[in-house]
Amino acid sequence: MRELGLPKQIHLAAHFPGVNNTTVWSDPKAGSHIEFDSFVKLAQTAERAKFDFFFLAEGLRLREQGGQIYDLDVVGRPDTFTVLAALAAVTTHLGLAGTINSTFNEPYEVARQFASLDHLSDGRAAWNVVTSWDAFTGENFRRGGFLAESDRYTRATQFLATARELFDSWPADAVAADKESGVFLRDGSAGRFQHADQHFDIAGRFNVPRSPQGRPVILQAGDSDGGREFAAATADAIFSRHGTLVEGQKFYADVKRRLPAYGRERDSLKVLPAATFILGDTDADAQEKAAVVRRQQVSGATAIKLLEQLWNRDLSGYDPDGPLPAIDPDVSDSHIAKGRASVRMHRDPIATANEWRARAEAEKLSIRDLIVEVTNRQTFIGAAATIAGEINDLVQQDAADGFILVPHVTPDGLDEFADTVVPLLQERGVFRTEYEGTTLRDHLGLEFPQ
Amino acid sequence: MPDPLHLAVALDGTGWHPASWRSPNARPGDLFRPGYWTDLVREAEAGTLDFVTIEDALGLQTDRPDGPDERTDHVRGRLDAILIASRVAPLTSHIGLVPTATVTHTEPFHISKAIATLDYVSRGRAGWRVQVSGRAHEAGHFGRRTLPMLSPGSLDSVAATQAVKDLFEEATDYVEVVRRLWDSWEDDAEIRDAATGRFIDRDKLHYIAFDGKYFSVKGPSITPRPPQGQPLVTALAHAPIPYAFAAGSADLAYVTPGDADHARKIVAQIPIPHVFADLVVFLADTEQEARDAKDRLDTLDRTVFTSDAAIFTGTPAQLADLLLDWQSAGLTGFRLRPARLPDDLVAITRGLVPELRRRGAFRSEYEASTLRGLLGLARPANRYEGARVA
Repeated sequence: MRELGLPKQIHLAAHFPGVNNTTVWSDPKAGSHIEFDSFVKLAQTAERAKFDFFFLAEGLRLREQGGQIYDLDVVGRPDTFTVLAALAAVTTHLGLAGTINSTFNEPYEVARQFASLDHLSDGRAAWNVVTSWDAFTGENFRRGGFLAESDRYTRATQFLATARELFDSWPADAVAADKESGVFLRDGSAGRFQHADQHFDIAGRFNVPRSPQGRPVILQAGDSDGGREFAAATADAIFSRHGTLVEGQKFYADVKRRLPAYGRERDSLKVLPAATFILGDTDADAQEKAAVVRRQQVSGATAIKLLEQLWNRDLSGYDPDGPLPAIDPDVSDSHIAKGRASVRMHRDPIATANEWRARAEAEKLSIRDLIVEVTNRQTFIGAAATIAGEINDLVQQDAADGFILVPHVTPDGLDEFADTVVPLLQERGVFRTEYEGTTLRDHLGLEFPQ
Repeated sequence: MPDPLHLAVALDGTGWHPASWRSPNARPGDLFRPGYWTDLVREAEAGTLDFVTIEDALGLQTDRPDGPDERTDHVRGRLDAILIASRVAPLTSHIGLVPTATVTHTEPFHISKAIATLDYVSRGRAGWRVQVSGRAHEAGHFGRRTLPMLSPGSLDSVAATQAVKDLFEEATDYVEVVRRLWDSWEDDAEIRDAATGRFIDRDKLHYIAFDGKYFSVKGPSITPRPPQGQPLVTALAHAPIPYAFAAGSADLAYVTPGDADHARKIVAQIPIPHVFADLVVFLADTEQEARDAKDRLDTLDRTVFTSDAAIFTGTPAQLADLLLDWQSAGLTGFRLRPARLPDDLVAITRGLVPELRRRGAFRSEYEASTLRGLLGLARPANRYEGARVA
């Protein structure tokens, strides 16, 4: 798409702060996580800054740890579709992306919800397809924990393929609505579909005419080999977690090299790592602020809970300002933390525990100090010029095509970025100063599906 | 002075007459655009109506009882009603928003949080029209169950009666789960206690632990208790099984009497706060013009229009007479189905409403900011709050 010699254009998205300890609800400026005004505020800030899209995550069961609802992070969120449709009324260009699960939904219903959202937003809908499968979440749904972990991408792939057939089941010009001749539909079979595979055996008539984008933009966040392959086959953008130069470049190259096998161009899949940021007047000022925010994100109580997620034991008796437990992690199958994707990241808990103990001893770190260090997710720290430079470097050096920014304060946490970093990116000619199109596909430079 | 009436308008496509889309003022080309719905709901709000309902279904419109048709001369296709309601919510301020959502093939967990969220984005104006689907072709869109083919001719068979009973039994469980999920957070569960680092008091969140014949749902909801506590639950009912369902599960029922006596008999079977009669309306300055309007559409459609609800053709003043007469049978309000949009909606807001106001039978301004408030319903206590104290 881009001309030779010109810099890559950066894509930016705003992630509504989530239900994890990145979000600092104890900040005096922190507002509601559920009142609609907070969503309006963040979305309008993102649109003022000409961001590509707004992003809303979802989880279908409240998290638990040690058999109790986890109470230290923000708890509670709205229904994804409903908030995005309402945001469509108070924004005009911003893409509206939501996470919707392919396990505890059915394609007919989800396809009509996304097609409706795309109509109601004049072509700004995006779907982040996730695949949670666990029986814990299943307890809130008709079918319970019906899906094996190994089948989750098969179901997601078939779900998406089925939804595509539904999106494509109406020709773009199917509705004539010609009062004179009395022809409403040009073709009496519009919407007809029939689909049978391992997970779905459905047939009939889809009831939403083709939407402005044809299909919603598809995002995918899985990081496993299966997840990357799924993204290369089906997604328009990947929401990755590799925001540093070396890791980012490795991931970027890995997913882009998978594209030709699916007949896809390199630019047809955008890589958008999640990123946090701490802005300061100077780099040193930002570093100081970052240290304060890290302590806010990891209270003593949170440190113990995060340690428990590796140890898989009740560690409530330990002092967060004291040393790490001498006892080893419990490596049995049953896990103390439920409803979190992150617990699966600890592949070898005993080895990790040994590393953490060694590091704590060498650097004289308490439990809380260590957790502050090892769970650090702060991506960009610095003055506006520093952060603008880093973002641009990462994009120009193919570690990313842009970033999904996660503010740590709701709903004003993006304001400073919008006011200080965005103008610098615009000055460099790497970020739009006005929206050139009206749909999310336009913003992301994606082709319209035929 | 009569008791004030409550008025709702049922929005469906270009109106309830199948040829309404060919009326001079109809906007069939805009049906799938957000501005179409915003304009209609704002018009209803200008008339201080209690609420609008928005029709929906998990299948394409059809004129056949047993499955989809191939007709090209009627409106086909629709947008999700909950999403239309949420799209309109930020652009309106007082009118209630009551989308239709089907229970038969969907998840109570999803619908519960969707209606709760509609209540948040509308600041307390959400309701829900519960719809049961006995249509075999809609079941085919989900592929998870087979429903017996129900058609008007077979409704009295033993198998059909049992199928209807099962569908409403499932709907009863469904509404119970949705209502429990709305209550699964106490109002003051969010504490943000910096001293202990706790965002919520988890003792004020409740597992609903519903275990029924059709599904089990553990809870709590992922969405905190909505502004109204319990958004308004409504249902359309035509027969004893749905009457019993509405009486047990809904705050408001829509019924389809043929006259005031019929209305009286139905109302006696649904002892809940509100029973509204549905009426399809063709309104004009003279009775003759209203009849002509209907005849013109019938001619275009080559069929005489019939409906499950009574059809009114006449002037706003005549309609006001009829509403007040039927009100004496115990109805608390009416859900008017405009035969043509926007014509009959505008006749309601600019003709009927002023007429009722002159008679002291309808509000001249909104007296409450929530839908429950407009209907005189208190914000209900949380069922789990008592349980915790006990």
